[in-house]
Amino acid sequence: MTSLASPAAPARPIARGLRFVGIAIAAIVLYTVALWLALPPVSGLTSAQAFPVAIQQTVNALSIGAIYALIALGYTMVYGIIELINFAHGDVFMIGAFVSVIFIGGIMGQTGPVENIPLLIVLIGGALLFTMPIIGFLNVSIERLVYRPLRNAPRLAPLITAIGVSFILQNVALVVAGSGDRSAPQVFPLGWHVTLGGASISVLSIFIFVLALTLMIGLQVFISRTRLGRAMRATAQDREAASLMGVDQNQTIALTFLLGGMLAAAAGLIWGLRFGFVRQDLGFNSGLKAFTSAVLGGIGNITGAAIGGFVIGFIENFASALGFSRWSEFLVFMVLTFVLIFKPSGLFGHATGDRA
Amino acid sequence: MLSQLRDASDSHRSLTIVVAMAITTILMYVLPGLPPLSVVQGSNIWYDSFANAGVFVLLAMGLNVVIGMAGLLDLGYAAFFAIGAYAYAYSNSPFSHTDLPFIPMLFVGAAVAGIFGILLGAPTLRLRGDYLAIMTLGFGEIVPIVFLNLDRFTQGTNGIGGIYRPEPLPVLGAFSPSTPFNYFIVMVVIVTVTMILLYRLQDSRIGRAWNAIREDELAAAANGINTVTTKLLAFSLGATTSGLAGVFNASKLTIVSPDQFLFTVSFTVLAMVILGGMGNIWGVAVGAFVVYNIQVVFLKSINGIIETLGIPAFDLGPVHVNLAKVPFSDYQYLLYGVALVLMMLLRPEGLFPNQRRRQELHIAEEFDEGEQGEITGAMGAAPGAAGDAGGTL
Repeated sequence: MTSLASPAAPARPIARGLRFVGIAIAAIVLYTVALWLALPPVSGLTSAQAFPVAIQQTVNALSIGAIYALIALGYTMVYGIIELINFAHGDVFMIGAFVSVIFIGGIMGQTGPVENIPLLIVLIGGALLFTMPIIGFLNVSIERLVYRPLRNAPRLAPLITAIGVSFILQNVALVVAGSGDRSAPQVFPLGWHVTLGGASISVLSIFIFVLALTLMIGLQVFISRTRLGRAMRATAQDREAASLMGVDQNQTIALTFLLGGMLAAAAGLIWGLRFGFVRQDLGFNSGLKAFTSAVLGGIGNITGAAIGGFVIGFIENFASALGFSRWSEFLVFMVLTFVLIFKPSGLFGHATGDRA
Repeated sequence: MLSQLRDASDSHRSLTIVVAMAITTILMYVLPGLPPLSVVQGSNIWYDSFANAGVFVLLAMGLNVVIGMAGLLDLGYAAFFAIGAYAYAYSNSPFSHTDLPFIPMLFVGAAVAGIFGILLGAPTLRLRGDYLAIMTLGFGEIVPIVFLNLDRFTQGTNGIGGIYRPEPLPVLGAFSPSTPFNYFIVMVVIVTVTMILLYRLQDSRIGRAWNAIREDELAAAANGINTVTTKLLAFSLGATTSGLAGVFNASKLTIVSPDQFLFTVSFTVLAMVILGGMGNIWGVAVGAFVVYNIQVVFLKSINGIIETLGIPAFDLGPVHVNLAKVPFSDYQYLLYGVALVLMMLLRPEGLFPNQRRRQELHIAEEFDEGEQGEITGAMGAAPGAAGDAGGTL
């Protein structure tokens, strides 16, 4: 597992990677089977009817998990570097969703599905290229303006500030966009399906999963292979020592916020494509779930946060597939509680006592 | 003369509080009937809004124990407010077919909220403070959802209505919407008692333990303070106060529903504590009172004031500004957010600072500046060299 604070890139990355992929596929299959077995008694479907539903729901879980995972990475990186729970991160994601809507709907003037594949690529690629730098820069500015002056203040001060920033972002969105749902143009055609095991799976879900995975692998490579990534890991491990070794602290922290913001922006775009609406209070709930993902994976641990995001996606999906979607938030909170009680270092974190 | 008065109030604090509250009560009784104020609105409205503001004063004083005294961040404070309110709703409503007396229920509701505080705090307080913040944030989010979803027991969004009003008071008579003076008096008594208790607690051994933990947990533990139980005490005491406010609020509104206890309530109370000055009991109480009135009175009447003053609509470049039409009360949380961030950056000790807290919040900076000066002095060109190395990364 690559923790942000791990001393070096893992040895034999390909073998480890393959083993990791194996475990991941096993977990996904296991989830499908579990859902398949759990569905008939609850929903009244026969076993044969339940199988395609289970596959569909698994794919749904992966795409919602991808959103949480992308947001969770921002939480975990910031926490790994400056030990701050960045409450505003969920709202940065929400702003990202709005900005991607502004690009697709406002600048490109799209309102519905786009069947023309080259145009679709241009639209989504353009939305990523447009949204990610803007939101990354927004996140860096937040750090520069309000977190940096408080870097040596008592712990409570930056936390309270982060809550304040979260409310500012939320209410700026409220003032600009109004309350209630604003529709997001679902340019990726929802009608596209592939059939697998009797289940029709939307291509969008596969696309979301692949996009998220690509971004995560990109992040992983960046952190483990580049000089700047090494600077980040060094800063996470020991800020003062890294600084004495010539790592520019301010630059590294700004970079962390930039990366976190960019991933959140991608998650925002995905949200718009997937759910077709954006709302000013989107960031609060998703942020809480993403933070739970980060804690579940062991806060400060990059791979852990990504896996945690998918696990939370699975848990939430399991509840809603069985008809308890009202309780999904409750369930996620219970997960957070139990992780904090029994394994505060998370699934993949190092036990570090009260400084977990 | 003034310093003598201050010395006297410091050495007889409880008496001072009682006298101050008595003066406030008398003023509240007399002033609204006199010309300038009696023209604005009837005296009943004054009592009524004073009692409502009192709920937030209570909430802020309770949260101040958690944030200001013990230095723990509680972001789900409204959850305990909700638990207290629902506890009263179950004991005094046609929904539950019970009608228990009000005064004992104040304590029961507060105790129930306190127990939930212990249940939530016990597992979390062993961890470092950040986790408490996120746990309470989650808890504050979950409690209204649970009340909403368990509609068999809570009537969901509709909430529990028709809650019985408290029993008649000896001299003042029955509680009713037309006699807000009763609520006002009860609130004044509750606030006075709570304030005295909190001041005494702050000066006690426990209060000093809270100070010690807030300033340096490790040092506090090394000096024989059981940090977990002491923090738990602060946390559950905050929850208890919140529950007390919840019972009062439920008895006054006569309805409880999940949407009264959303995160915005926790956030508002947090803003009150920060603005008032963390750790300063009377400062927080005044902060709560002021913020409540800005929220409920000022922001709502600002459009009316602009219209009365006759400020015309004007064009600011391409933007057409009509101040009379701007929905100022929609901006309250934006305002709180900005206020919170600015306070933390510029004046973390709040508007009415507690002396000890102020020094604590600024000592880090002073120490830091001194240290940095030393390093640059000793190392000369070192920062430039570090910058070069950073550039080649």
